[in-house]
Amino acid sequence: MAIDERIVDATGVYYRELNENVRRMVADGAGKILLNGVNGQRYIADGLRGDLEIVVNGVPGNDLAVFMDGPTVIVNDNAQDGVGNTMNRGKVVVRGSAGDVIGYGMRGGKVFVAGDIGYRAGIHMKSFNDQVPVIVAGGRAGDFLGEYIAGGVLVLLGLNGDGEAPLVGGYVGTGMHGGTIYLRGEFDDSQLGEEVRRFELDDDDRGLLSELLEEFAADTGCDVSQVSVEEFKKLQPSSHRPYGNLYTY
Amino acid sequence: MAGDMLTSEFLVNVDHERCRRCKRCILNCGFGVFDFQSMTTAESSKCVACHRCVVFCPEEAITVTRNPLAFKDHSSWDVNRRKAIWKQAQAPGMILTGMGNDLPWLNVFDHLLIDACQVTNPSIDPLREPMELRTYLGRKPDSLEVVGEDGAHRLETRVAGNIRLEVPLVFSGMSYGSVSLNTHRALAIAAEKLGTVMNTGEGGLHKELYPYRDHIIVQCASGRFGVHPEYLQSGVAVEIKVGQGAKPGIGGHLPGEKICQEVSSTRMIPRGTDALSPAPHHDIYSIEDLRQLIYALKEATGYKPVSVKIATVHNVAAIASGIARAGADIIYLDGFKGGTGASPAVVRDHVGIPLEIALAVVDSQLRSEGIRNRVSIIAAGGIRSSADAAKAIALGADAVGIGTAALIALGCRLCQKCYTGNCSWGIATQKPELSGRLDPDWGAERLVNLVNSWSLELKEVLGALGVNAVESLRGNRERLRSLGLDEQTTRILDVKPAGR
Repeated sequence: MAIDERIVDATGVYYRELNENVRRMVADGAGKILLNGVNGQRYIADGLRGDLEIVVNGVPGNDLAVFMDGPTVIVNDNAQDGVGNTMNRGKVVVRGSAGDVIGYGMRGGKVFVAGDIGYRAGIHMKSFNDQVPVIVAGGRAGDFLGEYIAGGVLVLLGLNGDGEAPLVGGYVGTGMHGGTIYLRGEFDDSQLGEEVRRFELDDDDRGLLSELLEEFAADTGCDVSQVSVEEFKKLQPSSHRPYGNLYTY
Repeated sequence: MAGDMLTSEFLVNVDHERCRRCKRCILNCGFGVFDFQSMTTAESSKCVACHRCVVFCPEEAITVTRNPLAFKDHSSWDVNRRKAIWKQAQAPGMILTGMGNDLPWLNVFDHLLIDACQVTNPSIDPLREPMELRTYLGRKPDSLEVVGEDGAHRLETRVAGNIRLEVPLVFSGMSYGSVSLNTHRALAIAAEKLGTVMNTGEGGLHKELYPYRDHIIVQCASGRFGVHPEYLQSGVAVEIKVGQGAKPGIGGHLPGEKICQEVSSTRMIPRGTDALSPAPHHDIYSIEDLRQLIYALKEATGYKPVSVKIATVHNVAAIASGIARAGADIIYLDGFKGGTGASPAVVRDHVGIPLEIALAVVDSQLRSEGIRNRVSIIAAGGIRSSADAAKAIALGADAVGIGTAALIALGCRLCQKCYTGNCSWGIATQKPELSGRLDPDWGAERLVNLVNSWSLELKEVLGALGVNAVESLRGNRERLRSLGLDEQTTRILDVKPAGR
């Protein structure tokens, strides 16, 4: 059966109207929705469930795919802040760069960003049973990457750099108590939170990274041919209970 | 314990003449005080004065007394301060506690008096005349436009969704994880029977309670535990918890010991790991960011009301104004004397300002800006009686929230050891042998009894005031007088002193 495909001209349409229109189409059985002329509309795919694809042509506004639970969203441009905020399942592919607070509290699904991501990416990501959230960015990230991370996988490829800007800012994984961060490129231990330790890659890591790289390249169109899994440094928490000794009774 | 300088706070005595060695005390004590060799023995140092053993001893053979041990008097160094230092010198760390600020701060409610009618403006007898306690939480329109003529009128203004409460009283947010599932069950059943709402707290909502969705406010806090689209749709409103009275400005750590299988699947985090709630929401660093989350939640729920819960802190009036302008439908003010949550004692006891003062300045601020109708105010954190509730409503609250009072109705003795997970009353524990003691239907009945009792009292107070609806009391500070408060506090409360 052919996919029920809809095309929406979002030019100048207020976000509330646009999103209402999208929800109506989803309820009506749409399998694929093309949003053309998007220019800063917030909350696209907010809380959407089910198996469908949304293609965004233009720059979506903040909180793209917030609370999303299943769909795939493809952005053929940059995205702004809050992509994949508290997302439960699904996939977001951004073919440009994205802003701050990517994947806050994300519990499942994938966020692939071809370019750079801003500050506070992947804060308090967590996994649960089969839900393991993944963020992969092709470029660099700002401060507080993976702060408080409790589960899931954060990958930074460090591509497209000008050789001067750092791969990542400070406070990487501060308060980390679960999950894994893989960084490709140079960074100093002083950029890491106290709760973070470097670990050697094992075969599981190599397998996971290979799979993710392949999927990331296919989705974003990035050239990852120069990337070798051996180049990644793996960061994990030194303890799953970093604050177990804070209190007395 | 070697080197432990702490002496028992309480002494447990078993009257061996009366004791018939049934061992019920051993089974009932969650803290392992009792043992049996040839007779029942008690280790007083473990006793927290929760009275479970006393209540369940069929022979009234057990007594718990305060340890009369004399300490040298010193007005600067009361015994609790000395004990705190011994504890921290022995095992370093912040002193953890719970169940509200227990320092003897001024209680403003106890210095406010309610008016009554005499001779003129006769009072109303609620036993004979209808007295309305119903109220609605949510945004009210700036004005109403009605069109039509000759009896065929129609409301043209689109009114935002409101929550209908049959009593101006809601159950405050206490998470599943901190309290037992049976506690949540009791609160949900009671909320449905009373026509009010319970609040999930930040630990998600157990699937079994989804049928109570018309009587539940679901919370979205910084840890985002158990937050997903179906959960957000499973209440009448969503609450963004920014702060709570028990611990203004700080996050929370639910210890791994309390993350059992059911808590794990409700919070959607692995079993046995600590559940860390960051101090701030990392997607909210400004009023604009708050607005962004409020509308993200509205979009996700088909525009249900959104509540924002904050602890009452110094600049609460300006903060509340920002929250109202950010698009919240309800502002939940949590005072510094209340709160049930586990918290470092230094924060619980010294951070924040009293609810009464915060409530008055928030109500005044919103009125002065002409935006009071945009939000409802729930006042919580220190509501101990129907009198407190009436005074809070007169100071400006639309409704009050009760947490501690609800737990006391369920048997809580305020032993303040919730964080141990050993609650003998089955309230703040995940141990099946303990949580099973709280029968949800029995608990719900007690909660209903409590709220019905307060409702009767509220109706009497309203009748005495000569009004027949709780909404006529809201923000009606002319019906309050202060007694024994300093002039400045009275002025800030915007009430007259008694006699004026």
